[in-house]
Amino acid sequence: MSAQMSRKKASAFDRQLIWRALGDSFHKLSPAWMVKNPVMFVVEVGSALSTVVAIRLYAQGQIPVADFTMQIAVWLWLTVLFANFAEALAEGRGHAQAAALRGTKVSATAKRQKGSIWEEVAATELRRGDVVMCSAGDLIPSDGTVIKGAAAIDESAITGESAPVIREAGGDKSAVTGGTRILSDEVWIEVTANPGETFLDRMIGLIEGAVRQKTPNEIALAILLAGLTLIFVVVVMTTEAFAQYSGLHLQLVILVALLVCLAPTTIGGLLSAIGISGMDRLLRHNVLAMSGRAIEAAGDVNVIMLDKTGTLTYGNRMATEFMPLPGVEIRDLAQCALIASLADDTPEGRSIVALAKEQFGLEDPQSGSEPPVYHPFTAQTRMSGVDLGAHQVRKGAPDAVAAYVGGVPAELEKALTEIVEGIAHQGGTPLAVADGGRVIGVVHLKDIVKVGIRDRIAAIRKSGIRTVMITGDNPITARTIADEVGIDECLAQATPEKKLEYIEQQKAEGYLVAMVGDGTNDAPALAAADVAVAMNSGTSAAREAANMVDLDSNPIKLIDIVEIGKQILITRGALTTFSIANDVAKYFAILPAMFVPIFPGLEALNVMHLTSPESAVLSAVIFNALIIPMLIPLALRGVRYRPQSAATTLRNNLFVYGLGGLFLPFIGIKLLDMMITALGLVALR
Amino acid sequence: MTLVGIGGIVLFLVVVTLVVKPVGLYLYNVFDGGRTWLDPVLAPVERAIYKVGGVNPAKEMRWTEYLFALLAFNLVGFVLLYPVLRLQGVLPLNPQHLPAVGAHVAWNTAVSFVTNTNWQAYGGESTLSYLSQMWLTVQQFLSPITGLAMVLALIRGLTRKNATTLGNFWVDLTRAFLWIALPVAAVAALVLIALGTPQNLAPYTIVHTLQGAKQILPQGPVASMTSIMQFGDNGGGYFNTNAGYPFETPNAASLMFQLTLGFLVPVGLTYYFGKKAGDTRQGWTIFAAMMVMFMFGVFVTYWAEAAGNPIVSHLLQHAVPNMTGKETRFGVAGSSLFETGTTAVSWGSTAAANDSFTPIGSLILLFNMMSGEVIIGAWGVGLIGMLAFAILAVFLAGLMVGRTPEYLGKKIQAYEVKMATLAMIVPTFVILGFAAWAVSSRGGVSGIFNPGPQGLSEVLYAFSSGVGNNGSAMGGLNAASPFYTWTVGFAMLIGRFPMYIPALAIAGSMVKKQRVPPSIGTFPTNGWLFGLLLIGTVVIVGALVFFPALALGPLAEQFAMQAGHLFGGVPK
Amino acid sequence: MSDMQKQAGVIRHLWTALRLAVVFTVIAGLIYPLVITGLGQLLFPAQANGSLIVQNGQVVGSALIGQAFTSPRFFQGRPSATGYAANASSASNLGPTNPTLISDVAAALQGVLAANPGLSVARVPVDLVESSDSGVDPDISIQAALVQVPRVAAQNGLSQAIVLALVKSQERGRFLGLFGAPHVNVLELNLKLEALVGGGGGQG
Repeated sequence: MSAQMSRKKASAFDRQLIWRALGDSFHKLSPAWMVKNPVMFVVEVGSALSTVVAIRLYAQGQIPVADFTMQIAVWLWLTVLFANFAEALAEGRGHAQAAALRGTKVSATAKRQKGSIWEEVAATELRRGDVVMCSAGDLIPSDGTVIKGAAAIDESAITGESAPVIREAGGDKSAVTGGTRILSDEVWIEVTANPGETFLDRMIGLIEGAVRQKTPNEIALAILLAGLTLIFVVVVMTTEAFAQYSGLHLQLVILVALLVCLAPTTIGGLLSAIGISGMDRLLRHNVLAMSGRAIEAAGDVNVIMLDKTGTLTYGNRMATEFMPLPGVEIRDLAQCALIASLADDTPEGRSIVALAKEQFGLEDPQSGSEPPVYHPFTAQTRMSGVDLGAHQVRKGAPDAVAAYVGGVPAELEKALTEIVEGIAHQGGTPLAVADGGRVIGVVHLKDIVKVGIRDRIAAIRKSGIRTVMITGDNPITARTIADEVGIDECLAQATPEKKLEYIEQQKAEGYLVAMVGDGTNDAPALAAADVAVAMNSGTSAAREAANMVDLDSNPIKLIDIVEIGKQILITRGALTTFSIANDVAKYFAILPAMFVPIFPGLEALNVMHLTSPESAVLSAVIFNALIIPMLIPLALRGVRYRPQSAATTLRNNLFVYGLGGLFLPFIGIKLLDMMITALGLVALR
Repeated sequence: MTLVGIGGIVLFLVVVTLVVKPVGLYLYNVFDGGRTWLDPVLAPVERAIYKVGGVNPAKEMRWTEYLFALLAFNLVGFVLLYPVLRLQGVLPLNPQHLPAVGAHVAWNTAVSFVTNTNWQAYGGESTLSYLSQMWLTVQQFLSPITGLAMVLALIRGLTRKNATTLGNFWVDLTRAFLWIALPVAAVAALVLIALGTPQNLAPYTIVHTLQGAKQILPQGPVASMTSIMQFGDNGGGYFNTNAGYPFETPNAASLMFQLTLGFLVPVGLTYYFGKKAGDTRQGWTIFAAMMVMFMFGVFVTYWAEAAGNPIVSHLLQHAVPNMTGKETRFGVAGSSLFETGTTAVSWGSTAAANDSFTPIGSLILLFNMMSGEVIIGAWGVGLIGMLAFAILAVFLAGLMVGRTPEYLGKKIQAYEVKMATLAMIVPTFVILGFAAWAVSSRGGVSGIFNPGPQGLSEVLYAFSSGVGNNGSAMGGLNAASPFYTWTVGFAMLIGRFPMYIPALAIAGSMVKKQRVPPSIGTFPTNGWLFGLLLIGTVVIVGALVFFPALALGPLAEQFAMQAGHLFGGVPK
Repeated sequence: MSDMQKQAGVIRHLWTALRLAVVFTVIAGLIYPLVITGLGQLLFPAQANGSLIVQNGQVVGSALIGQAFTSPRFFQGRPSATGYAANASSASNLGPTNPTLISDVAAALQGVLAANPGLSVARVPVDLVESSDSGVDPDISIQAALVQVPRVAAQNGLSQAIVLALVKSQERGRFLGLFGAPHVNVLELNLKLEALVGGGGGQG
């Protein structure tokens, strides 16, 4: 998993962050800022109005009414401040991260090629296409591609990973990032970004700018919330007219209290915090999203394309079984295979040694008097082996080994063919072993699925996402692995063109596709995919084409990204439902309090048996204010996402946030009313 | 409440459920290229109409063009109707020599019938000539088929993929007229006559009663108007007291026939919708949500009316149901069922006096209209409203499952949410805004008939009925006063045409979208969970918006009535 | 689309709207009601003309429209907000907490009690004290007819048993046994009563 990053230590409840957020909550009271959030702006206007009314009442000497009005005003202000605090806290975490990143952006200089000479220039003067030279100890001045040489680079400033990485010219590991440091050697780098457009710049911009860009779903929700608020403004205004007609004069502060309680302040106050914290959560997973839109798209994905090698399997074939020919002891085969692999340092070779030792308790053979003679693998012989004393063991491609021993006896040929074909059919690789001029058996090498990957695939499928495996293998081999992992579909013998074609076909059918890529030839497919995650170790072309970058270069993280995308949406939906459901209880607190003086029968609606109209209104307002800070942790952490069918998720969330939202305020308001009564906060009639 | 009363209501609900599929399939055959046994007769007429109208039936329209054609057609309808009302005194078919309809009432009536509201600011038998009644009958054909065309466009928007057009308005209109409105209305008219409704062009009959008094019996083409006014969910009756008048509804058989008639197309449309969506369970879910709310309303109303007015029971020294404003032959159960049905269907025909209903009974009638007439609703408009609610419900629920919300595989995005929110805001503003204006202005207050909270209920009822294009009224309110003819007139207009714009805009935006095939990751909109969610959305949104008004109206009155309290001072 | 094309489209649609509106008006406003009138007159002439009751060549009423009966000799119908004016139908529209409703009910109750001596308050059926919707409700409940039997019998010099039998013979049940309420038609009941009494004295 991802490395612990220094900037991750910034806990949500870090004291310094909280102090800063507190300060910011007051700065944000500026109407120019508040007006961007219509729900909370309405609350602020209401707070100001109530305050003015309270002051006037004090001036008129109506102390008890003024006390009550002032208490309402104070709680309304607190409602606004709590909402601002939630936003400031979420922003604060982003700012802290941005600051940490900015720290790495020291003013570097660079050696730029000018004709045949190198000139010293400031990093900020570098343009796309410039070529610079960096050597050990230098800070890489800008994003670029290594065009000459290779170097070990410390990328911990970006990834938090302290182990150095190798970057070299050509191939898929040529991209370097500005702000990282060369540890050894010297490279020529072609700059790929203009000043202000580098990866680091964009990263800082994104973290800081998270609050400004709203995602599509957030915009839609904001419209709904503004609409609801507008409706409630009309509801409250007309209620005054209806009450007047019924012969009742309502106090302004009560109407304001009703409006604030009805307006969806809970979600309105937490909406931006949810969005910011989503991006933040992704960053904690060391994934950088280029836009909030991309994160949301991740939640919507229907198809996930995963590379087999390196993502689903360890990427190396391993020995799983020794299969002797008739007349050969399996132990002897294992022994020979062990000897043949002694000098084989490839993962396959090591796995043969390990299997032989594990299954038969064999040990490294004692080297006899003669030193062993090693025959390394070559493309021509397609086998390797050792001459050790009496043994002359070879292992390799079955046909090559058969040719080496000068043909297999007819009676054994059939058995050998059967074994070899059987292995191939299961998607494995057969490796024939010969000893002293005769084939004695076959080692079954196969792809080993990563630990725990099956469960993750099963989980992602439960949430209705189709998984597709991309592999260069033939279809039979591919299917075998796919079945083993629980993958729905496989794209065998995949070429970049085939990947692109597949993605476009899926999109034409209306599916959203997510994929991971690192090579330059992945770029077209990445650009086509809805969610495209580039590995940080990949080429800059891949990073350009993608809309997310995984700093850990761990492809299976795609699943985490999808889950985080879903989590953000769920949190928004759940808190909206909760907020709206809350209104019912608030009505039952405030309406009887408002209307009982003229229609005593409406006391029947006071189901909570609140002490007095004043205490009822005050408890509703306090509940409405306090619920915001109480839900900040949930907004920042996100509602828990479990992979399961949409219907089940909805049922559970509706139960918790819908029904919970309906009933919780009844309890909360009643408790607050009891406290208010006990403390004597409002004058009793 | 009696077992017989409950049994009758249950039987009606069963009948309504049984007609859903056949009606839906018939609609499907009419509008989606199927064959019907009427084709041999009607196909030539259809071709002739296209020829006269200069219509190219193969040409599809984008949403803006569809909307324009629709508005143009309704404008022409208004322009043709208003002068007839104003000039009826000098036009033929006026055996009673009734004078011209006044300017305010004529304007209100023309709007009322063009918008499928059929709010009656006039008393039919005392105001309108036979020609005017027949002309209103024309609008009773045209306004429901306009609503039907609307929902056809919306359904196409939701179910077509990667398209741009929503059909041809003229074709939808013509086929709805020829295959649905006309034949059913004709057959129903004959059934109504057989059951006792008059149909003639004779002058009013002067009767010498048994006690020797003179009684003037109105006559006229009653059945031909009543059949389409009920089938088309228009509700504007021939007589002032509408379906309560014995000529319109001579017996319980006629009442139940008329009630069933009005439910046919609205419930059939839910099945049609499911069929077009490629999954009839989508339609059944919406139908079930509507029926559950309707059933709840019917039984609450019936319970309240059967429990009656405790003040009257006290006077009579025994518990009596509420029979004020109800006809003997319909009984309490029949009257409650009919009134709940016609308010739920945005229909507005009345067989009892809603102003004399118990407060809880009125509350249900009011809520049926305030919820946006989505509990069944009239031709097209009910389903349109319900689909707007479905979009809002899907939006919230969809977020809660962690995906951009989808309905029928199409993404619900900011534009659709904006339009659905608009469709929710507009009626709220008009009902509450106009009602607040009415109770704060002299013109409004002077038209109120009953004292106390009932007066507020009357005003709320008028604007809910106008915006919901329902047309029923609490009859005490002086609907003919200039204040109410104009305000309710505008409420009707706003409730109709501006509401079409968001619906068609949604259709126009959705039709372009790709349909994502469903998976277990998509939240299903075809099961009990969604049905419950839909009900919850309708009820909670309605309740949140109208709770204060309802508390000061029917709720306050209910508690007062139970306490034996009267408003406005006791006379004598 | 160019502006000119758009304008042409607008005019074309208005033109189509006008022509279709005329076609539909002719069909629905003229042909349809006239055809229905013709068929109605042909198939169901009695109903189509208002279910009129003719006695001695004179129309005495419609079986469907209630009449005001104030004479104690007749069975009386429900209170009417319009005095049984058939050409200006209306309900009282009094709300449940309107003092006028309660005073009207109280007045009607006094009337019923005064007209039917010996009738206890608790037996007075509600339809005799609460007014109808149309103002011309032709029917009363069975109970409302039964409580009037002693008076009607006495006034007409008939035995209670005969009048009771008459009421029973005029009872109409529910549609399908489930819809509506059992009732008797007051006009028809009174016509039968008159016939029973002997034709004369109808002008009381």
